[in-house]
Parts: sequence; structure tokens; C-alpha cells
Amino acid sequence: MELKINGQRYDYEGDPEQPLLWVLRDEIGLTGTKYGCGIGQCGACTVHVDGVARRSCATPIRKVEGRSVLTIEGLSAEGDHPVQRAWIEEDVSQCGYCQPGQIMAAVYLLQRVPSPTDEQIDEMHTNLCRCGTYYRVRRAIHLAARYMREDS
Amino acid sequence: MLTNKLSRREFLKVSASAAGGVIFSLQAPWLRAEEGSSRLNAFVTIEPDGHILIGVSQPEMGQGMYSTMSALVAEELDADWGKVSVEQLPLMLKRDAEGNLAWGLVPQGAGGSNSVVSLYTPLRQFGAGARHQLLLAAAEKWGVPAEELTTQPSRVLHAKSGRRADYGALASRAAAMPPSDHAPELKSPETFRLIGQTFEPKAIRELVDGTAIYGVDVRRPGMRYAVIARCPFFSGKLLDFDDAEARKVEGVLDVVEVPGPPDDGYYTTLAPGVAVVATSTWAAIKGRAALKIRWDEGPFRQETTASLDAECQQALDKGEGQVVQDVGDFDAAMSRAEKKLTRRYRLPYVHHATLEPQTCFAHVREDGCEIIGPIQMPATASRMVAQLTGLDRLAIDVQMSRLGGGFGRRLTVDYVAEAVLVSKAAGGPILVQWTREDDMAHDFLRPGGWHELTAGLDENDRIIAWRHRVASPSKYYRRPGEEHWRSEIYVDDPPVGLVDNVRYEYFDMRSGAWRGSWRAPAHTANAFAVQSFLDELAHETGRDPLTLRLELLGEPRQLRYSDHGGPEWNPGRLARVLTVAAEAAGWGEDLPEGEGLGIAGHFTFGGYAAWVAHVSVASDGSFRVRRLVGAIDCGLAVNPNGIRDQMEGGACDALSTALDQEVTIEGGRHKETNFHEYRMMRIADSPPEIDVHIVPGSDIPSGVGEPPVPPIAPAVTSAIFAATGRRIRALPVGDRIRS
Repeated sequence: MELKINGQRYDYEGDPEQPLLWVLRDEIGLTGTKYGCGIGQCGACTVHVDGVARRSCATPIRKVEGRSVLTIEGLSAEGDHPVQRAWIEEDVSQCGYCQPGQIMAAVYLLQRVPSPTDEQIDEMHTNLCRCGTYYRVRRAIHLAARYMREDS
Repeated sequence: MLTNKLSRREFLKVSASAAGGVIFSLQAPWLRAEEGSSRLNAFVTIEPDGHILIGVSQPEMGQGMYSTMSALVAEELDADWGKVSVEQLPLMLKRDAEGNLAWGLVPQGAGGSNSVVSLYTPLRQFGAGARHQLLLAAAEKWGVPAEELTTQPSRVLHAKSGRRADYGALASRAAAMPPSDHAPELKSPETFRLIGQTFEPKAIRELVDGTAIYGVDVRRPGMRYAVIARCPFFSGKLLDFDDAEARKVEGVLDVVEVPGPPDDGYYTTLAPGVAVVATSTWAAIKGRAALKIRWDEGPFRQETTASLDAECQQALDKGEGQVVQDVGDFDAAMSRAEKKLTRRYRLPYVHHATLEPQTCFAHVREDGCEIIGPIQMPATASRMVAQLTGLDRLAIDVQMSRLGGGFGRRLTVDYVAEAVLVSKAAGGPILVQWTREDDMAHDFLRPGGWHELTAGLDENDRIIAWRHRVASPSKYYRRPGEEHWRSEIYVDDPPVGLVDNVRYEYFDMRSGAWRGSWRAPAHTANAFAVQSFLDELAHETGRDPLTLRLELLGEPRQLRYSDHGGPEWNPGRLARVLTVAAEAAGWGEDLPEGEGLGIAGHFTFGGYAAWVAHVSVASDGSFRVRRLVGAIDCGLAVNPNGIRDQMEGGACDALSTALDQEVTIEGGRHKETNFHEYRMMRIADSPPEIDVHIVPGSDIPSGVGEPPVPPIAPAVTSAIFAATGRRIRALPVGDRIRS
């Protein structure tokens, strides 16, 4: 089957049930997408499929055949997407393991709600952070919203 | 195939030829520099364009080592911080003149909030040494005395002649200078440019673009992936297994047995198991699912959480535990007390649940071994590998990837041992990957148990007698020769030194669960019990909980402290952080119905932390911690941004744990299997406001990884009491205030 990941085309011939996560990590070498739980609970594996945030650990590869997958590596050429810039400015990360997923989830949130309230963030942003960086995640989402308004 | 970034630099590789019986000197291998750049010492490499690479000897698990440790070097190097980048150094060991194994340069490892304490001076000395070499190089180049030279960030100046040179232009000459035996003086603190300032953190871009390398991301040529089916039962055994179907799974290459740990000794592996080696993680997972295994369910198959809870309470009912601290005469003081209060508190087993599950890369060869992984204690890993392989310690190369969380889990190196055993048995380079279910089923849990506190008060409500009984399984249960109580009760913890008659008693409970060190180990349990009890005493005697604490703590003075962060502690410093947090939180002001403040403070690992929690409870019993106000005195604040990070994160970690976390035991194994059952706090329950105050109480720094954690749970439950009148004496809080 044909896969389209970060604008690149790949031909995949393996197990159609293999989760997208493991194809990204083990077969394509895109290790920025992280394994945390394997059941779509933690969000460390969040990627976009046709522009929609998906938990890649719970997405069999057959479901993304012919669709466009975006990973953290493809989010911006220079790591300077407004959300990434906000994450750096607020120094959100501690261990950092969940942060690619947090960022991909935040990008999707801001696509839907460009200026979210705290309540909307509480409702829509469900990724786990074991280090407890939520205070800065929230601030960074607000800051990224501002960057995106300024950029547009 | 992606190449592992860690392998890029030559000096990270301990080569087989170098190790073949040859003893490494300090010249190799971690002093080697890439072509064109100049390595002044293990920690400082300067490129011709002035770019400075600072080596970090400590593993990075989110506690900010890449920023804090490199700032110590950069401060004395007088480096332009904007030109500094960092790299992870491998484990550096050497043999000293007598042939004894020793640290190559500095102690390495992350535990006990110790890095900034143990490396504050040595790392500055390495920075100062490199700066001195640059001064000597400039002196030689210009033909002037080195004493006439000064530095500005990344630049040497000669005021008399007006000459100046950037570090980049002097670096190759400096690296060629014979090392000076003169130990350069260190800066006096008032001239610090970085230490104590808010400076830009290092190596954070790679955390937002997906290029940071964790243990799970290690990729090496020829590397294969392995997952292990481990016996889920405490002290269970492998009876037999059938791997015929597993071997038929496409991509499966081999199936090997992983021996279990010794019955009574310290851990090697955590449990016996069967490893499936495959061309990918997914193939290994599928292969494992096809294994047929029979386990011996072991001697603890009857154990449940309810049985352990009951046994702890029965032990307390019987009374008379092992007396481990006895100051004054508790019984006599109780007999003359005007008021008496006894309360029990319950703590659950809690899990580390690092978001990156356990994982390790190992490649065992005949003449050496390469280990790369998320390792808190690289020397412990090296010792373990030597035991398992018979290799010389210096032939074992231990590299630390980033850690996707530590929290004490990776002080133990069972997962390193597994990778070594599988690499040995199957041959070649192997990455052992744990799934979340593996991780949930096997951990070194923070011991749970029951605490009973008793106080006697005189006619002025002064506490004259205090007894703390702890009934819990010990973390030290598999350390031969170690007293079990030592890991659960710290004998100098207050109110020793504050109350005249104090007795601590331990009840050694039997449990099969694997136990270990969890961030701020038993302080988390003990602070919950002690701080909750103080709150109860305050309410029972009609006093303000802050006032009661301040009266109890009294004047600043040094008291003996033989555990974490000793040898002394100062109750005045604890009183100060309590006061600062209380003032900033508006302590004593009126709050609307359904809202409340709670306060708690604790000393550990040399740091004093206090938190005030502001909680609002809705009519349906749901509640939110709206705001946390914290104060920390960790002595000299080296990296204020990093300290805030640890306070904020430590608070959320502790809150998450207090709210919902418990490993339930059922049938001699963990019941929870993944995050849908072991619930962690998400942003929706996290405090929208966290206000941190740094209160330096000494000119010596102490670590901040652990001190923020212990006061959170009692501050929050005391705030719930203030808001509702409902006292929470058992964790996790869960739905208790709804029911």
C-alpha cells in the first residue's frame, strides 16, 4: 500500500494491522512520534491524518493508506511552527517525552479553536504529561494562539 | 536506518581494541575531540568559530541537567552562554594508581536530588581550569604575563595593550598548553553572570522537533528488537513454555529464556520471562502473543490490597512495634497530657509509570559491551553488566540517552540486565522494549501502608508527646544486612527536636510486591501523615494550622539530621518558606463557601518546601485545585527557571498521585494494566495557577528534584477539609469526597 508521510511517498508491504506508530518508528525511522501506552490513552503518539489529530498507536496502518500523515518531524522545516516557538519560549518540556504528542495535539486544537479559553483547553487537550508540565503547556497554548494571530 | 545521534562523536565509543586489557587513562576516550575543535578538558570543547560544547556528566530525565550543569561550567569558563551547546557524556570510569576502580572525573548518576550538591564545585573547577588554559594561551601569544589578563564572556582581554581575542581564536593553542598544576581560583558569588540568573535553557529545540534521542529511539546497524513475557506474579517462576507458534510469526528471529532474579538477593532482572527477538517491535509483540507459557504463581498468590490493608491495621491494633526512635519518655508525657489525639492514615502502593516505558540497548561482544539507555545510575548498570558477562568494567561502555522520566524507577537497572541477557543469548545488538502493560505489571512500587499518629497536649495545647507508628512493607526487603525500617522511617524527622517526648515505631509488613525508590521516597508517605495530623491538631485545639506549625518549629537553629540532606536541618528555614507561601496565598483571608486553603511544609534532601493549596469544591463533590502557591529554600538558587520547573512539575506529579494513583494487588500481582486503569492527572484537573517563590536560605545549593513533592498531598487534603469539613485520611483521594 502507498503511504504519504510528511509529503514523502512510501511503499509498504507489511502487516496491514501494524499500528502506524510502529511503522513510523521502526520502518521509516521517524522516532519523534513516541510510544506511551499503545491504547490511545496518553497521546504521546499523536500525529495528524488528513489534518486531524490521531493516536498513531491505535491506528492500524491500513487505515492511513493513501491518506496524508503529518508527524512532528514534518510539522515545520526549521522547528519554528508557532506552537513549537511557544513551547520553546515557555520552556515547557521537562523530560520531553510526551511533548511531540502535546505539540501535535495543540496544533490541532488551535486549528479548531484559534483563541481557546482555559475551559476549552481543559476539554480538548487530553494528552498525559508524567512530569506535570501542564501549567506551562497551558501557557504555551495561549502564547501559540497569539503567535498565530500575529502571523496571520 | 536512522543512526543514533549518541554514536556520532568518536569519544563516546569505548572501542574494543582500547579495552583489550589496556587500562584507560584520563586521556581516553572521553578527551578526544572532533577534528578542528579543541578539547580543553572533558567538559569543555571550543570550535574555531567560538562555539562551545559543554559536556554533561549527569543523565537528563527532565530535572534540567543539560542547563544547570553546563551553566556551572560556563560560569567559571566565562563563556558567552549564547554560544554554548551541550552534549551527554558517557559513564567515565578509570583505574587509579592502586588499580582500584574510580570515577573518571566526577561522580555520575541522578538520584537523591544530589547533582547540584555534589558537582557545584567540581564542575566550576573544570570551567575555571579551561579558562585558565585560555589565559595562558593568550599570555604566550601576546608575550604578556597571564596575571594581567581578564575575561569577558568568551573573550580574553589585555587592558594595558588593548588587545583582545575570542576564545575560538585561542582554543587550539590553549588545548596544546601543558596542563597547569595551578588550581585557578573560583569566582566569588557576587560576580556570577549566570548562576542565580534566569538563563536560556539548553537543548530544548530537539524536544519540540522530535529529534531528541531517548532509550526507545536508539537505532544501531544490525539491531533487533525484543519484548519479554515476564512472570506477572510476585516471586513467581517460569514452569515451561512452547514457542512453536511464536517462531512462525513473520519477523520473529529467536526466542530465549530470561532467568529470574535470585530469591533473596538484590535484583538483577525483575521477573523470569521469555524474550522474543524480531526484526521490529511489532513482530516481537505479535510473536510474544503467540507464546504459550505456564507460570508458577509463587508464594504470594493470595495477596490482595484488602489483605495488606487489614494486616497493617491489625498490626497497629496490636500495638508495640519496633521502637526505632525514642526521645524523652513518651509514655510518661502521655500520662500527664490534658488532651490526646490518635489518628490513622492510609497510603497506597504507587507506580513510577515513566511515560517512556523501560527499554535498553545492549550489544554484548566477547571483548566488551555497549549499553545505551535511559539510565539514572550508569555505574550501577556497569556493575550489573560486569556481573552478568564477566567483562572488565572498563570494557563496558555505558551511554545515557535522554530518559523519558525517571522518578527513581531507573535507579534500578533490571531492564539493562535484561538487554544484556538477551544480547548474550541471541547474539548481536538488541533493543529490549517494554510495553505499557509490561511496565504496569512490573515496577518497584513506593510502599503503601498505614500510619498511626498519637499526640499528647498540655493545658496550653502545647504538644508534649508524639508517637508515629508506621505499618508498611519495606523498600529494603531485598537488601541483605539492611534494617527494614530504615527505608520507611527517618529517625531525625520532625517533631524530633521540636517535641520533648517522641517515639517512632515500625511494623514490618509482609508483601510480595516489588518495592523501590519513588521520588522523595518515604517522605511522601510520612509527610502526608505528619502534616495531616498537624492540621487535625490545629483544628481540634482551635488554632490556625500555620500558627501551630510556626510555634512548633520555633527559632532558627541547627538540629541533627542523619538522613537525606543532613547532617543538619534548620526549623527556621522551614518556618520561613511556610510564611512566604502563606503570605503570597492570602492565608487567613475570607473565602467564598466551598473554597478552602491548606498548608504543609517539609524538609528533605537539603531543601525546604512549603505549599498552600487553594481548593474549590462543587455541590456534587467534584473539586479542583485552583491554585498552588509554593515557596522553596534550596540554598543558593543556581538555576531559578529550573527550580520553578521542578516546583511546578513536582507539584503536579504529587497532585496527580494524590488524586487517583494506586496500584491494586489482586492474586499476587498488579491489577492495573494501563492508563485507563492507572489514572494520571490530565490538564483538566491540573491547577491553572501555580505561583512559586524562591527563598534562598544559604549560599550552598541543594537539589530540587524531590523537595517539592511531599507537602502537596497534605496541603490539598487539608484544603478540602477547610472547604468542606471532610477529612481525607486515605489516599488516593479518588471519589472520596463525592461519596
